Amino acid sequence: MKKLNALFAAGILGLSAQAQAAELEVHVQNLTQGIYFTPILVAAHPADASLFELGMPASMELQAMAEGGSIAGLETVVDSVGGEVGVQEAENGLTAPATARMFTLNSSDTNTVLSVTAMMLPTNDGFIGLDNWTIPTEAGTYTVYLNAYDAGTEANDEIRGSGAPGEAGMPVPPPLDPLLGMNGTGVTTEEVNTTVHVHRGNLGDAAQDGGASDVSNTVQRWLNPVAKVTVIVK
Amino acid sequence: MIFRKSSSAIRVFALSGFLVALAGCNDTVEVGNLPEPPPPPPPPVTYSYEVTVTNLTQAQPLSPIAVMLHGEESFFTLGEPASEAIEIMAEGGDPSELLGLDIVLESTNGTGPVTPGETQTFTVSIEDNDSANLAVLTMLASTNDAFSGFQGLSLAGMEVGDVQYRLTNVYDSGTEANTEEAATLVTMMGEGFNAERDDVDFVAMHPGVVGNQDGLPNSALTGAHRFDNPAIKITVTRTE
Repeated sequence: MKKLNALFAAGILGLSAQAQAAELEVHVQNLTQGIYFTPILVAAHPADASLFELGMPASMELQAMAEGGSIAGLETVVDSVGGEVGVQEAENGLTAPATARMFTLNSSDTNTVLSVTAMMLPTNDGFIGLDNWTIPTEAGTYTVYLNAYDAGTEANDEIRGSGAPGEAGMPVPPPLDPLLGMNGTGVTTEEVNTTVHVHRGNLGDAAQDGGASDVSNTVQRWLNPVAKVTVIVK
Repeated sequence: MIFRKSSSAIRVFALSGFLVALAGCNDTVEVGNLPEPPPPPPPPVTYSYEVTVTNLTQAQPLSPIAVMLHGEESFFTLGEPASEAIEIMAEGGDPSELLGLDIVLESTNGTGPVTPGETQTFTVSIEDNDSANLAVLTMLASTNDAFSGFQGLSLAGMEVGDVQYRLTNVYDSGTEANTEEAATLVTMMGEGFNAERDDVDFVAMHPGVVGNQDGLPNSALTGAHRFDNPAIKITVTRTE
Protein backbone atom coordinates (compact mmCIF):
# COMPACT_ATOMS: atom_id res chain seq x y z
CA MET A 1 0.00 0.00 0.00
CA LYS A 2 2.83 2.38 0.82
CA LYS A 3 4.40 1.49 -2.47
CA LEU A 4 1.15 2.37 -4.18
CA ASN A 5 1.03 5.67 -2.36
CA ALA A 6 4.51 6.60 -3.50
CA LEU A 7 3.77 5.56 -7.07
CA PHE A 8 0.64 7.62 -7.35
CA ALA A 9 1.46 10.58 -5.15
CA ALA A 10 2.99 12.55 -7.98
CA GLY A 11 0.08 11.72 -10.25
CA ILE A 12 -2.56 12.86 -7.84
CA LEU A 13 -0.88 16.22 -7.34
CA GLY A 14 -0.99 16.77 -11.05
CA LEU A 15 -4.73 16.17 -11.24
CA SER A 16 -6.97 19.18 -10.94
CA ALA A 17 -8.87 18.91 -7.67
CA GLN A 18 -12.47 19.07 -8.75
CA ALA A 19 -13.88 17.76 -5.47
CA GLN A 20 -15.14 20.20 -2.90
CA ALA A 21 -15.00 19.96 0.84
CA ALA A 22 -18.31 18.78 2.24
CA GLU A 23 -19.67 17.59 5.53
CA LEU A 24 -20.72 13.94 5.34
CA GLU A 25 -23.12 11.85 7.37
CA VAL A 26 -22.57 8.13 6.83
CA HIS A 27 -25.06 5.54 8.06
CA VAL A 28 -23.95 1.91 8.02
CA GLN A 29 -26.75 -0.62 8.47
CA ASN A 30 -26.28 -4.32 9.10
CA LEU A 31 -28.79 -5.99 6.76
CA THR A 32 -28.32 -9.52 8.07
CA GLN A 33 -30.50 -11.36 10.52
CA GLY A 34 -27.74 -13.24 12.32
CA ILE A 35 -24.32 -11.65 11.74
CA TYR A 36 -22.62 -9.05 13.98
CA PHE A 37 -20.15 -6.39 12.82
CA THR A 38 -17.08 -5.46 14.86
CA PRO A 39 -16.26 -1.71 15.21
CA ILE A 40 -16.80 -0.07 11.82
CA LEU A 41 -14.13 2.03 10.16
CA VAL A 42 -15.48 4.82 7.95
CA ALA A 43 -12.81 6.95 6.28
CA ALA A 44 -12.48 9.67 3.66
CA HIS A 45 -9.04 9.60 2.08
CA PRO A 46 -7.08 10.31 -1.11
CA ALA A 47 -8.01 8.21 -4.10
CA ASP A 48 -4.44 6.93 -4.55
CA ALA A 49 -4.54 5.07 -1.23
CA SER A 50 -6.77 2.12 -0.41
CA LEU A 51 -7.47 -0.09 2.58
CA PHE A 52 -7.81 -3.21 0.44
CA GLU A 53 -7.83 -4.31 -3.18
CA LEU A 54 -9.80 -7.28 -4.49
CA GLY A 55 -7.37 -9.84 -5.87
CA MET A 56 -4.42 -8.51 -3.87
CA PRO A 57 -3.07 -9.89 -0.59
CA ALA A 58 -4.44 -8.14 2.49
CA SER A 59 -2.18 -5.73 4.34
CA MET A 60 -1.27 -6.58 7.95
CA GLU A 61 -3.65 -3.84 9.05
CA LEU A 62 -6.54 -5.30 7.06
CA GLN A 63 -5.73 -8.77 8.37
CA ALA A 64 -5.92 -7.51 11.97
CA MET A 65 -9.35 -6.02 11.23
CA ALA A 66 -10.69 -9.05 9.34
CA GLU A 67 -9.44 -11.71 11.77
CA GLY A 68 -9.92 -9.93 15.08
CA GLY A 69 -11.94 -6.76 14.52
CA SER A 70 -9.14 -4.32 15.42
CA ILE A 71 -9.28 -1.15 13.32
CA ALA A 72 -6.37 0.63 15.06
CA GLY A 73 -3.93 -0.32 12.31
CA LEU A 74 -6.23 0.81 9.52
CA GLU A 75 -6.84 4.10 11.33
CA THR A 76 -3.09 4.65 11.39
CA VAL A 77 -2.96 3.98 7.65
CA VAL A 78 -5.73 6.55 7.07
CA ASP A 79 -3.88 9.10 9.20
CA SER A 80 -0.64 8.46 7.36
CA VAL A 81 -2.17 9.43 4.01
CA GLY A 82 -3.88 12.53 5.40
CA GLY A 83 -7.32 10.95 5.46
CA GLU A 84 -10.07 11.50 7.99
CA VAL A 85 -11.68 8.80 10.12
CA GLY A 86 -15.42 9.17 10.73
CA VAL A 87 -16.52 9.69 14.30
CA GLN A 88 -19.72 8.58 15.95
CA GLU A 89 -21.46 9.70 19.12
CA ALA A 90 -21.99 6.26 20.58
CA GLU A 91 -19.26 3.85 21.58
CA ASN A 92 -18.06 2.01 18.48
CA GLY A 93 -18.85 -1.51 19.68
CA LEU A 94 -20.53 -4.43 17.95
CA THR A 95 -23.26 -3.62 15.46
CA ALA A 96 -26.03 -6.16 16.01
CA PRO A 97 -28.05 -7.68 13.17
CA ALA A 98 -30.37 -5.20 11.40
CA THR A 99 -29.11 -2.23 13.43
CA ALA A 100 -27.26 0.83 12.16
CA ARG A 101 -24.59 3.32 13.21
CA MET A 102 -24.03 6.90 12.10
CA PHE A 103 -20.69 8.58 11.47
CA THR A 104 -19.76 12.15 10.61
CA LEU A 105 -16.71 13.26 8.70
CA ASN A 106 -15.65 15.57 5.87
CA SER A 107 -14.53 15.20 2.33
CA SER A 108 -11.95 17.65 1.05
CA ASP A 109 -10.07 18.57 -2.09
CA THR A 110 -7.74 15.67 -1.40
CA ASN A 111 -9.97 13.26 0.56
CA THR A 112 -12.24 12.42 -2.35
CA VAL A 113 -13.12 8.75 -1.75
CA LEU A 114 -14.86 6.83 1.01
CA SER A 115 -13.91 3.42 2.40
CA VAL A 116 -15.71 1.28 4.97
CA THR A 117 -14.61 -1.92 6.70
CA ALA A 118 -15.78 -4.08 9.60
CA MET A 119 -15.27 -7.74 10.48
CA MET A 120 -18.27 -10.04 10.31
CA LEU A 121 -18.92 -12.37 13.24
CA PRO A 122 -19.01 -15.30 13.33
CA THR A 123 -16.43 -15.68 10.57
CA ASN A 124 -12.70 -16.35 10.48
CA ASP A 125 -11.74 -13.40 8.30
CA GLY A 126 -14.91 -12.16 6.65
CA PHE A 127 -15.56 -8.43 6.44
CA ILE A 128 -17.87 -5.87 4.92
CA GLY A 129 -16.01 -3.67 2.50
CA LEU A 130 -16.40 -0.46 0.55
CA ASP A 131 -13.27 0.33 -1.43
CA ASN A 132 -12.58 3.88 -2.64
CA TRP A 133 -16.13 4.95 -3.45
CA THR A 134 -15.97 8.36 -5.10
CA ILE A 135 -17.70 10.89 -2.86
CA PRO A 136 -20.21 12.88 -4.92
CA THR A 137 -19.60 16.62 -5.04
CA GLU A 138 -23.30 17.36 -5.34
CA ALA A 139 -25.30 17.58 -2.10
CA GLY A 140 -27.75 14.72 -1.70
CA THR A 141 -28.40 11.28 -0.27
CA TYR A 142 -26.64 8.31 -1.84
CA THR A 143 -27.01 4.59 -1.13
CA VAL A 144 -24.44 1.84 -1.60
CA TYR A 145 -24.90 -1.85 -0.82
CA LEU A 146 -21.88 -3.82 0.41
CA ASN A 147 -20.89 -7.43 -0.18
CA ALA A 148 -19.08 -9.74 2.19
CA TYR A 149 -15.39 -10.23 1.44
CA ASP A 150 -12.85 -12.74 2.68
CA ALA A 151 -9.43 -11.33 3.59
CA GLY A 152 -7.80 -14.55 2.38
CA THR A 153 -5.54 -14.63 5.42
CA GLU A 154 -7.06 -17.45 7.46
CA ALA A 155 -8.64 -20.84 6.76
CA ASN A 156 -12.41 -20.75 7.31
CA ASP A 157 -12.48 -23.50 9.92
CA GLU A 158 -15.58 -21.97 11.52
CA ILE A 159 -14.65 -23.04 15.03
CA ARG A 160 -14.07 -21.08 18.23
CA GLY A 161 -10.54 -19.77 18.45
CA SER A 162 -8.47 -16.64 18.29
CA GLY A 163 -8.90 -13.15 16.92
CA ALA A 164 -5.15 -12.57 16.85
CA PRO A 165 -3.70 -12.22 13.35
CA GLY A 166 -2.31 -15.51 12.12
CA GLU A 167 -3.99 -17.61 14.83
CA ALA A 168 -6.69 -20.09 13.87
CA GLY A 169 -10.36 -19.97 14.77
CA MET A 170 -12.94 -17.27 15.25
CA PRO A 171 -12.98 -14.72 18.08
CA VAL A 172 -16.13 -15.07 20.19
CA PRO A 173 -17.01 -11.89 22.11
CA PRO A 174 -19.74 -12.13 24.78
CA PRO A 175 -22.91 -11.54 22.68
CA LEU A 176 -21.86 -14.29 20.29
CA ASP A 177 -20.90 -16.81 22.96
CA PRO A 178 -24.37 -18.28 23.60
CA LEU A 179 -25.20 -18.24 19.88
CA LEU A 180 -22.35 -20.47 18.72
CA GLY A 181 -21.97 -24.22 18.85
CA MET A 182 -19.14 -26.04 20.63
CA ASN A 183 -16.47 -28.61 19.85
CA GLY A 184 -16.61 -28.42 16.08
CA THR A 185 -13.84 -30.35 14.36
CA GLY A 186 -13.18 -27.65 11.77
CA VAL A 187 -14.58 -27.20 8.27
CA THR A 188 -11.21 -26.81 6.56
CA THR A 189 -7.55 -26.07 7.25
CA GLU A 190 -6.87 -24.52 3.86
CA GLU A 191 -7.29 -21.08 2.38
CA VAL A 192 -7.03 -21.56 -1.37
CA ASN A 193 -7.37 -17.94 -2.44
CA THR A 194 -4.96 -15.93 -0.33
CA THR A 195 -5.96 -12.59 -1.82
CA VAL A 196 -8.97 -10.50 -0.81
CA HIS A 197 -11.96 -12.11 -2.50
CA VAL A 198 -15.73 -12.49 -2.35
CA HIS A 199 -16.63 -14.54 0.70
CA ARG A 200 -18.20 -17.91 -0.11
CA GLY A 201 -20.42 -17.67 2.95
CA ASN A 202 -20.56 -19.68 6.13
CA LEU A 203 -21.23 -23.39 5.80
CA GLY A 204 -22.25 -24.10 9.39
CA ASP A 205 -23.98 -27.22 10.60
CA ALA A 206 -27.04 -28.26 12.57
CA ALA A 207 -25.09 -29.61 15.58
CA GLN A 208 -24.86 -27.40 18.65
CA ASP A 209 -22.22 -29.76 20.04
CA GLY A 210 -19.69 -31.28 17.64
CA GLY A 211 -20.03 -31.47 13.90
CA ALA A 212 -17.58 -29.70 11.62
CA SER A 213 -18.59 -26.11 12.39
CA ASP A 214 -19.49 -24.06 15.45
CA VAL A 215 -21.67 -21.88 13.22
CA SER A 216 -25.43 -22.50 13.00
CA ASN A 217 -26.35 -23.18 9.40
CA THR A 218 -29.90 -21.85 9.70
CA VAL A 219 -29.00 -18.62 11.54
CA GLN A 220 -25.46 -17.50 10.75
CA ARG A 221 -25.33 -17.77 7.00
CA TRP A 222 -25.95 -14.76 4.76
CA LEU A 223 -26.63 -13.75 1.19
CA ASN A 224 -25.25 -10.54 -0.28
CA PRO A 225 -25.67 -7.68 0.16
CA VAL A 226 -24.86 -7.63 3.88
CA ALA A 227 -24.72 -3.90 4.60
CA LYS A 228 -26.34 -0.72 3.39
CA VAL A 229 -24.32 2.48 3.44
CA THR A 230 -26.26 5.73 3.18
CA VAL A 231 -24.09 8.78 2.52
CA ILE A 232 -25.57 12.23 3.01
CA VAL A 233 -23.45 14.91 1.35
CA LYS A 234 -24.38 18.25 2.92
CA MET B 1 -54.56 19.30 -10.99
CA ILE B 2 -54.41 20.88 -14.42
CA PHE B 3 -57.98 19.84 -15.13
CA ARG B 4 -59.26 21.27 -11.87
CA LYS B 5 -57.63 24.61 -12.60
CA SER B 6 -58.99 24.88 -16.13
CA SER B 7 -62.47 23.78 -15.12
CA SER B 8 -62.70 26.43 -12.40
CA ALA B 9 -61.45 29.00 -14.90
CA ILE B 10 -64.22 27.90 -17.25
CA ARG B 11 -66.72 28.23 -14.45
CA VAL B 12 -65.63 31.80 -13.62
CA PHE B 13 -65.72 32.73 -17.26
CA ALA B 14 -69.23 31.29 -17.70
CA LEU B 15 -70.47 33.00 -14.57
CA SER B 16 -69.18 36.43 -15.61
CA GLY B 17 -70.84 36.04 -19.01
CA PHE B 18 -74.03 35.13 -17.23
CA LEU B 19 -73.74 38.29 -15.09
CA VAL B 20 -73.15 40.50 -18.12
CA ALA B 21 -76.23 39.02 -19.78
CA LEU B 22 -78.29 39.56 -16.65
CA ALA B 23 -77.05 43.12 -16.27
CA GLY B 24 -78.18 43.84 -19.81
CA CYS B 25 -81.74 42.72 -18.99
CA ASN B 26 -82.38 43.94 -15.54
CA ASP B 27 -80.45 46.50 -13.50
CA THR B 28 -82.19 45.59 -10.24
CA VAL B 29 -80.81 42.07 -9.91
CA GLU B 30 -78.72 41.74 -6.77
CA VAL B 31 -75.53 40.03 -7.78
CA GLY B 32 -74.73 38.80 -4.27
CA ASN B 33 -77.85 36.67 -4.16
CA LEU B 34 -77.23 34.81 -7.36
CA PRO B 35 -77.30 31.07 -6.76
CA GLU B 36 -73.91 29.53 -7.56
CA PRO B 37 -74.32 27.05 -10.40
CA PRO B 38 -72.93 23.65 -9.39
CA PRO B 39 -69.44 23.26 -10.89
CA PRO B 40 -69.17 20.43 -13.38
CA PRO B 41 -67.09 17.65 -11.81
CA PRO B 42 -63.60 17.60 -13.31
CA PRO B 43 -63.09 14.56 -15.50
CA PRO B 44 -60.97 12.06 -13.53
CA VAL B 45 -57.47 11.38 -14.80
CA THR B 46 -56.55 7.71 -14.71
CA TYR B 47 -52.97 6.58 -14.19
CA SER B 48 -52.44 2.93 -15.12
CA TYR B 49 -49.37 0.79 -14.65
CA GLU B 50 -48.51 -2.61 -16.05
CA VAL B 51 -46.46 -4.66 -13.61
CA THR B 52 -44.69 -7.83 -14.75
CA VAL B 53 -43.22 -10.21 -12.21
CA THR B 54 -40.69 -12.88 -13.23
CA ASN B 55 -39.64 -15.65 -10.85
CA LEU B 56 -35.84 -16.01 -11.14
CA THR B 57 -35.43 -18.91 -8.69
CA GLN B 58 -34.74 -22.56 -9.45
CA ALA B 59 -37.60 -24.11 -7.51
CA GLN B 60 -39.32 -21.55 -5.29
CA PRO B 61 -42.94 -20.87 -6.21
CA LEU B 62 -43.98 -17.29 -5.47
CA SER B 63 -47.25 -16.92 -3.59
CA PRO B 64 -50.04 -14.91 -5.30
CA ILE B 65 -48.52 -11.49 -5.95
CA ALA B 66 -49.77 -8.42 -4.07
CA VAL B 67 -49.50 -5.30 -6.25
CA MET B 68 -50.33 -2.21 -4.22
CA LEU B 69 -50.27 1.56 -4.69
CA HIS B 70 -49.58 3.46 -1.51
CA GLY B 71 -48.45 6.81 -0.12
CA GLU B 72 -45.52 7.53 2.18
CA GLU B 73 -46.23 4.70 4.61
CA SER B 74 -44.25 1.45 4.68
CA PHE B 75 -45.41 -2.16 4.83
CA PHE B 76 -42.30 -3.26 6.73
CA THR B 77 -39.10 -1.77 8.13
CA LEU B 78 -35.79 -3.60 8.26
CA GLY B 79 -34.85 -4.14 11.89
CA GLU B 80 -38.44 -3.76 13.16
CA PRO B 81 -40.93 -6.54 13.98
CA ALA B 82 -43.10 -7.56 11.03
CA SER B 83 -46.75 -6.54 11.07
CA GLU B 84 -49.25 -9.36 11.29
CA ALA B 85 -50.20 -8.71 7.65
CA ILE B 86 -46.57 -9.28 6.60
CA GLU B 87 -46.35 -12.35 8.83
CA ILE B 88 -49.49 -13.87 7.31
CA MET B 89 -48.12 -13.31 3.80
CA ALA B 90 -44.56 -14.46 4.63
CA GLU B 91 -45.51 -17.64 6.51
CA GLY B 92 -48.48 -18.82 4.48
CA GLY B 93 -48.51 -16.89 1.22
CA ASP B 94 -51.88 -15.21 1.85
CA PRO B 95 -51.75 -11.55 0.67
CA SER B 96 -55.32 -10.64 1.68
CA GLU B 97 -54.39 -8.89 4.94
CA LEU B 98 -51.79 -6.79 3.16
CA LEU B 99 -54.26 -5.88 0.42
CA GLY B 100 -56.79 -4.83 3.05
CA LEU B 101 -54.51 -2.43 4.91
CA ASP B 102 -55.65 1.20 5.18
CA ILE B 103 -52.42 2.42 3.60
CA VAL B 104 -53.30 0.66 0.32
CA LEU B 105 -54.79 3.16 -2.15
CA GLU B 106 -55.41 0.74 -5.01
CA SER B 107 -54.35 -2.84 -5.56
CA THR B 108 -54.55 -5.97 -7.62
CA ASN B 109 -53.33 -9.45 -6.90
CA GLY B 110 -52.45 -12.76 -8.43
CA THR B 111 -54.86 -15.67 -8.18
CA GLY B 112 -52.23 -18.40 -8.20
CA PRO B 113 -48.53 -18.92 -7.64
CA VAL B 114 -45.84 -17.68 -10.01
CA THR B 115 -43.81 -20.76 -10.82
CA PRO B 116 -40.03 -20.66 -11.42
CA GLY B 117 -39.32 -19.04 -14.75
CA GLU B 118 -42.90 -17.82 -15.13
CA THR B 119 -43.84 -14.20 -15.78
CA GLN B 120 -47.21 -12.83 -14.70
CA THR B 121 -48.58 -9.44 -15.70
CA PHE B 122 -50.85 -7.19 -13.66
CA THR B 123 -52.46 -3.81 -14.24
CA VAL B 124 -53.16 -1.39 -11.42
CA SER B 125 -54.82 2.00 -11.87
CA ILE B 126 -55.47 5.05 -9.76
CA GLU B 127 -57.43 8.24 -10.43
CA ASP B 128 -56.13 11.75 -9.93
CA ASN B 129 -52.86 10.73 -8.28
CA ASP B 130 -49.72 11.08 -10.37
CA SER B 131 -47.28 10.40 -7.55
CA ALA B 132 -48.30 7.17 -5.85
CA ASN B 133 -45.71 4.65 -4.68
CA LEU B 134 -45.74 1.03 -5.79
CA ALA B 135 -45.28 -2.03 -3.61
CA VAL B 136 -45.03 -5.59 -4.92
CA LEU B 137 -44.76 -8.31 -2.28
CA THR B 138 -44.81 -12.12 -2.32
CA MET B 139 -43.66 -15.13 -0.32
CA LEU B 140 -41.00 -17.56 -1.49
CA ALA B 141 -43.39 -20.37 -0.81
CA SER B 142 -40.97 -23.24 -0.02
CA THR B 143 -39.50 -21.47 2.99
CA ASN B 144 -40.57 -20.80 6.55
CA ASP B 145 -41.04 -17.03 6.23
CA ALA B 146 -39.10 -15.61 3.30
CA PHE B 147 -40.57 -12.86 1.16
CA SER B 148 -39.39 -10.66 -1.65
CA GLY B 149 -40.40 -7.62 -3.63
CA PHE B 150 -40.18 -3.93 -2.90
CA GLN B 151 -42.16 -1.04 -1.50
CA GLY B 152 -42.08 2.71 -1.97
CA LEU B 153 -41.08 2.70 -5.65
CA SER B 154 -41.97 6.23 -6.73
CA LEU B 155 -44.16 6.45 -9.83
CA ALA B 156 -44.02 10.26 -9.86
CA GLY B 157 -42.86 11.70 -13.15
CA MET B 158 -43.50 8.53 -15.15
CA GLU B 159 -44.91 9.40 -18.58
CA VAL B 160 -46.99 6.95 -20.60
CA GLY B 161 -44.53 4.40 -21.97
CA ASP B 162 -41.89 5.00 -19.32
CA VAL B 163 -40.43 1.84 -17.77
CA GLN B 164 -38.71 1.12 -14.46
CA TYR B 165 -37.34 -2.25 -13.48
CA ARG B 166 -36.01 -3.73 -10.30
CA LEU B 167 -34.32 -6.94 -9.23
CA THR B 168 -35.42 -7.73 -5.69
CA ASN B 169 -33.68 -9.28 -2.72
CA VAL B 170 -35.17 -11.77 -0.27
CA TYR B 171 -36.15 -10.81 3.27
CA ASP B 172 -36.92 -12.94 6.31
CA SER B 173 -39.92 -11.77 8.32
CA GLY B 174 -38.21 -12.98 11.51
CA THR B 175 -41.47 -14.50 12.75
CA GLU B 176 -40.76 -18.20 12.28
CA ALA B 177 -37.54 -20.14 12.84
CA ASN B 178 -36.03 -21.45 9.61
CA THR B 179 -36.29 -25.13 10.50
CA GLU B 180 -37.26 -26.08 6.95
CA GLU B 181 -39.19 -29.04 8.40
CA ALA B 182 -42.14 -30.28 6.32
CA ALA B 183 -44.62 -29.59 9.11
CA THR B 184 -43.73 -25.88 8.91
CA LEU B 185 -43.75 -25.52 5.12
CA VAL B 186 -46.94 -24.58 3.35
CA THR B 187 -45.81 -26.23 0.11
CA MET B 188 -45.18 -29.55 1.93
CA MET B 189 -48.71 -29.77 3.31
CA GLY B 190 -47.42 -28.19 6.50
CA GLU B 191 -48.61 -25.24 8.50
CA GLY B 192 -48.82 -21.77 7.00
CA PHE B 193 -49.46 -18.81 9.27
CA ASN B 194 -49.00 -19.34 12.99
CA ALA B 195 -49.34 -16.34 15.30
CA GLU B 196 -46.55 -17.61 17.54
CA ARG B 197 -43.20 -15.88 16.90
CA ASP B 198 -40.28 -18.22 17.59
CA ASP B 199 -37.55 -16.33 15.73
CA VAL B 200 -35.70 -13.02 16.19
CA ASP B 201 -38.88 -10.97 15.58
CA PHE B 202 -37.36 -8.41 13.25
CA VAL B 203 -37.25 -8.20 9.47
CA ALA B 204 -33.81 -8.51 7.83
CA MET B 205 -32.21 -10.03 4.77
CA HIS B 206 -32.79 -13.79 4.49
CA PRO B 207 -29.75 -16.03 5.15
CA GLY B 208 -30.85 -18.48 2.44
CA VAL B 209 -32.20 -22.01 2.38
CA VAL B 210 -29.83 -24.69 3.78
CA GLY B 211 -31.55 -27.90 2.64
CA ASN B 212 -31.05 -31.55 3.50
CA GLN B 213 -28.15 -31.93 1.09
CA ASP B 214 -26.10 -29.29 2.87
CA GLY B 215 -26.11 -30.22 6.51
CA LEU B 216 -29.67 -29.77 7.77
CA PRO B 217 -30.87 -33.38 8.14
CA ASN B 218 -34.44 -32.54 9.16
CA SER B 219 -34.99 -30.15 6.27
CA ALA B 220 -37.65 -31.09 3.74
CA LEU B 221 -35.92 -28.85 1.22
CA THR B 222 -33.15 -29.82 -1.18
CA GLY B 223 -30.43 -27.97 -3.00
CA ALA B 224 -33.00 -27.12 -5.65
CA HIS B 225 -34.84 -24.88 -3.20
CA ARG B 226 -31.81 -22.73 -2.55
CA PHE B 227 -31.90 -19.21 -3.92
CA ASP B 228 -29.63 -16.21 -4.12
CA ASN B 229 -30.24 -12.51 -4.53
CA PRO B 230 -31.91 -11.29 -6.62
CA ALA B 231 -34.93 -13.60 -6.69
CA ILE B 232 -37.49 -11.67 -8.74
CA LYS B 233 -37.45 -9.30 -11.70
CA ILE B 234 -40.20 -6.70 -11.68
CA THR B 235 -40.91 -4.33 -14.57
CA VAL B 236 -43.26 -1.36 -14.26
CA THR B 237 -44.61 0.41 -17.36
CA ARG B 238 -47.02 3.32 -17.29
CA THR B 239 -49.72 2.50 -19.83
CA GLU B 240 -52.24 5.34 -19.31
